[in-house]
This record gives sequence, structure tokens and C-alpha cells, in this order.
Amino acid sequence: MMTLLNIDPSLVDWSRAQFALTAMYHWIFVPITLGILFIIAIMETRYVKTGDPEWKRITKFWMKLFGVNFAIGVATGIILEFEFGTNWSNYSWFVGDIFGAPLAIEGIMAFFLESTFIAIMFFGWNKVSKKMHLTATWLTALGANLSALWILVANGWMQYPVGMAFNPETARNEMLNFWDVFLSPVAVNKFLHTITSGYVVAAIFVIGVSSYFLLRKREVLLAKRSIIISGVFGLMAIFAVIFTGHGSAVQVAQKQPMKLAAMEGLYKGGESAELIGIGILNPKKDVNNQEKPFLFKIGFKGVLSYLINFDKNSFVAGVEDLVHGNPEFGILPAQERINRGKLAIHSLKEYKKALKHEDKTSANMHLKTFEKNFEHLGYGYLEKPEDIVPNVSLVFYSFHIMVIFGTFFVLVFAVFLWLSMTNKIDKLKWGKPLFILGIITIPMSFISSELGWVVAEVGRQPWVVQDLLTVSAGVTDISSASVQTTFWIFAFIFTALLIAEVSIMTRMIKTGPKTKEGGNK
Amino acid sequence: MIKALKKVFKFYYEGFRDMPRWGKTLWTIIILKGLLVFVLVKFIFFPNYLKTNFDSDSERSEYVLDQLTKFSEYDDTIKH
Repeated sequence: MMTLLNIDPSLVDWSRAQFALTAMYHWIFVPITLGILFIIAIMETRYVKTGDPEWKRITKFWMKLFGVNFAIGVATGIILEFEFGTNWSNYSWFVGDIFGAPLAIEGIMAFFLESTFIAIMFFGWNKVSKKMHLTATWLTALGANLSALWILVANGWMQYPVGMAFNPETARNEMLNFWDVFLSPVAVNKFLHTITSGYVVAAIFVIGVSSYFLLRKREVLLAKRSIIISGVFGLMAIFAVIFTGHGSAVQVAQKQPMKLAAMEGLYKGGESAELIGIGILNPKKDVNNQEKPFLFKIGFKGVLSYLINFDKNSFVAGVEDLVHGNPEFGILPAQERINRGKLAIHSLKEYKKALKHEDKTSANMHLKTFEKNFEHLGYGYLEKPEDIVPNVSLVFYSFHIMVIFGTFFVLVFAVFLWLSMTNKIDKLKWGKPLFILGIITIPMSFISSELGWVVAEVGRQPWVVQDLLTVSAGVTDISSASVQTTFWIFAFIFTALLIAEVSIMTRMIKTGPKTKEGGNK
Repeated sequence: MIKALKKVFKFYYEGFRDMPRWGKTLWTIIILKGLLVFVLVKFIFFPNYLKTNFDSDSERSEYVLDQLTKFSEYDDTIKH
């Protein structure tokens, strides 16, 4: 009879918690950097075109805030790479060649593009020509976004591993086709959805800070101009987020159907599947009982089927279909996949043994069995079929709060933009609550952005590489206590950095921009 | 070539020299954080497990293969 992967569960949980903590703190700093650079570049373009020193003053003010965010955030992501090497050594080895190339490109690109052009951005005023400075600003924006591309391509591969072959002799995946990895539909959608969501956060940050100035009746011109630029930029970005979010959901439905089922709280799949607008999940519901999934819901029949398959009568798989199987729609029961996964692991073990004993016949036989069952490999590390179900309520609520906040942001961008363009924003009788709302929207945008990652990463549990490697198999067999220690060290370091960021930025915002700005040469 | 390098050096030198106070504060944070992350965190708490404990890639492969196959024993009574 089979025995199970008996890694210390607290080690898996602490390793998971540590990675989540690091990634979520890192992501606090990234979205502003991705988006505000484009907003700054647009502002500077206005300055170069008009020669108006007020535009230069505005540009330099936002550049200063970008500088704070960049300085505090830089190198927080590198810790994730340390964690790969220490806490996730099996995983790192397993994915090595696929991750190696994108991450190396990211490192080189981030260093040369960002560091060179950022220096010109900050040191180059009055030392290089206006156009040269503007070019440096645009290239910094492009560089930051391109460096995000590579890590997101790597993440896309974990969600949908393509373009590679697993080498059973080295236990590593080897890249067969760079373009299949780079242009995988999951990676493309993930990159576009993630960076545009960063643009939304940055645009809301600019609107929020501008709201502060309007509330204080200071820097009104700066606030109005900033709201117009970020309002247009943010509105375009949020429509891109909606479009790419839909693209991502279509990919998720095809490649990670369990994640989609969790996002929608869809236990029993079927034709004309319902899209849940809002709902409260029934905490008593699980995959093996007949409880109703919702205590309350507002749903739209057929809409989920239409959005996913462009056919309102089409089938969408639910949690139960994926756990228990649905032969009508060709879905294997998870238990069957677990058995095949165990056969794959067993064949891999026997293949290795046969190679050691130089028994070619046996090695070939086991290799064939392994290759035949490779697509189920990760299931072999699971104990029971229900283990393929992520935390449904966490994924469901994260997804729906993100969508509700996103819809609210459309309204925020539209209202602020319209009021600024019609020159009414500083003359409103009800300005105070609006500006307070503008400020409150800043943390809401961060929450929404973090929830997007919760959906993406919690929704794909238990996989670290979809269907091929579970989190528990990817973790290094080290002491749980050492992971706990570093978890608290990171919690302390990152919290200190966040406090530093917020306090320095708040001080800078309260001080405001320089009173007067001379023209560039 | 040397002239160009001198120009680049002067650009950075003057940039750092004329940096406002907030810029200096941020650089202090960057340097402290760099030391913390790359010296303390990396070398004390986060050695690369496979690089530290094994000398060659073949030993690392062997270890990971063992890790990936050691726990699961296949029940060959299950039909496929």
C-alpha cells in the first residue's frame, strides 16, 4: 500500500507563510513604481512640449515620491530568490532551467536599464538636454516594466508549465522552446493584467495625494493637473485590467479549472453556469456534503459560461466535478490522477535504480511508464482527492472584493477626471467628503492589488508547479523552527521599511513641492 | 574613451555631492538595507541549501530525486 509524503506540515505552512509575507510586502512597493513612472514621463513630456516650469515642478514632486518608494522597495524582491535557494530547494532544482533564463535577464535588465536611467532622472536636471532627460524618464518606465515581465513569465510557467521537458536523470525541467514559455497565453495575460493593475494603483495614489492638497486648499494647480494626467492614465489602465482580467479568467478556466471554481464558489458545475455578483458562502459546505454552497447570493445564470466559453449554455467545471470526476465532460476523478501520479513517482524511482544497475531494459520500461504518467506527477504527492481543493472562501472573497473595488475605481477615475477637466473640482460645495474618499481609495487600491495575488496564488494550491509539483514536495526538509525565526525577522524588517516609507512620504507630501521651479536649459 | 569615463564619473560625483537631504536619507536606507539583506540575511539565514550541502550537480540531482521519490510507494494492485 502507498505511504504518504510525510514532510512536517508545520514546515510547509511556515515556509508558505514566509514566502507569502515576503511576496505581499514586496508587492506593496512594486505597483507604484510600475505606474507612476509612466505618469511622471507624461508630465515631463508636457513640460518639454510647453516649456511651462509648473510642469517641471509637478514632475519633480512626483519623481521625489517615486524615489522614496523605489529606495524603500528596492531589493525586497531579492529575498524571494534567497528563499527559493534555502526553503524551496527541491522546487528550485525542479524548475531551475526555466527560471534561470528569465531571472538572469531580469537581473541584467533591471541593473543596466533602471540604474543608469534613474541616475539621469535624478542627477541629470540641467546637466543633460531636456529631450535626453525625457528619454531617460521614459526608458526608466519601460525598464521597470520590462524587468517585471521576466518574473511574471516565470510565474506564468508555474501556473501553466509549457515549452519544457523534464529530465528524469537530473530531476530538472529543461527549456525546449523559449518562445513557448515567453508567449504562453497564461504568461502574457498575467503580465498585462499585473502591470496594468499596478498602473491603477499608481494613478489612485496620485489622485489620493492630489485630494490631500485640494482638501488643504494647497497646490491646487498641481493637484488638478495631476488628477487629469492620472485620471486619463488610470481610466485607460482600469479598462485594460478588466480586459486582461477576463483574458486571465479564460486561461484559468482552461488550465486551472479548480481555481476558477473556487473564485466563483462553484461546487457543482454544469451548463449555463452562474456568475456570482455578490454572495455569502455557507461555511458548512464542503466537497463531500450536500449543503447549499451559499447562504445568500446574487447571481446571473449563464453569464459565467458565456464569459469563459463565449457560449451561455456551455459547461463549466465545479469543485465536485474536479474532485469526483465527470466522465460526461472527460474529467478524471482526482483519485485516478493520484494513482497515476504515484505510478509516475514509482517509475521515476525504479528508473533511477535500473540506471544504477545498468539494466537498460528495465530503465526503458520504467521511463516509458513515467513519461506516460508525467502529467499527473504532482498528484502522487497528495493524500486524498480533497487535497486538490484550495481554500474556497479565501479565494472567493478575495476575488469578489477585488472586482467590487475595481468597479469602484472606474467611478473614482471618471468622477475626478470629469470634475478636474471641467475645472469644478476646487469649487465644489461637497469637496471635503470627495477628497477624503480620494485619500481612502489609496489603501483600497493596495488591498485590491494584494487580493489579486491571493486569488492567483492561493487559488492554485496545492500546486507550486501546476499538476507537477505540490508545495509540500517542493519545500526543503529543514527545521521548521529556523523558518519561523526568519519569518519573524522578515516581518520585523518589512514592517520597519513600510513604516519608513509611509512616514517619509507623508512628510514629503505635507511639505509639498518646491515653491518655484526654474526652466530646464 | 577616458574623457567619456571622466564625464560619467563627474556626472555621478556631482549628483551625489549635490544631493538634497532627503536623497541622502534614502541612500542611507538603501545602504543599510543592502547590508542587512545581502550580508546578514543572505549568508547567515539563507545559504543556498543545494550549493552548500553538495559539491556537484550530479550530487544535487541525486538528492532531489531522492527527495521527490522517497516518500511515495506505489500500490501495484491498482489497475490503470
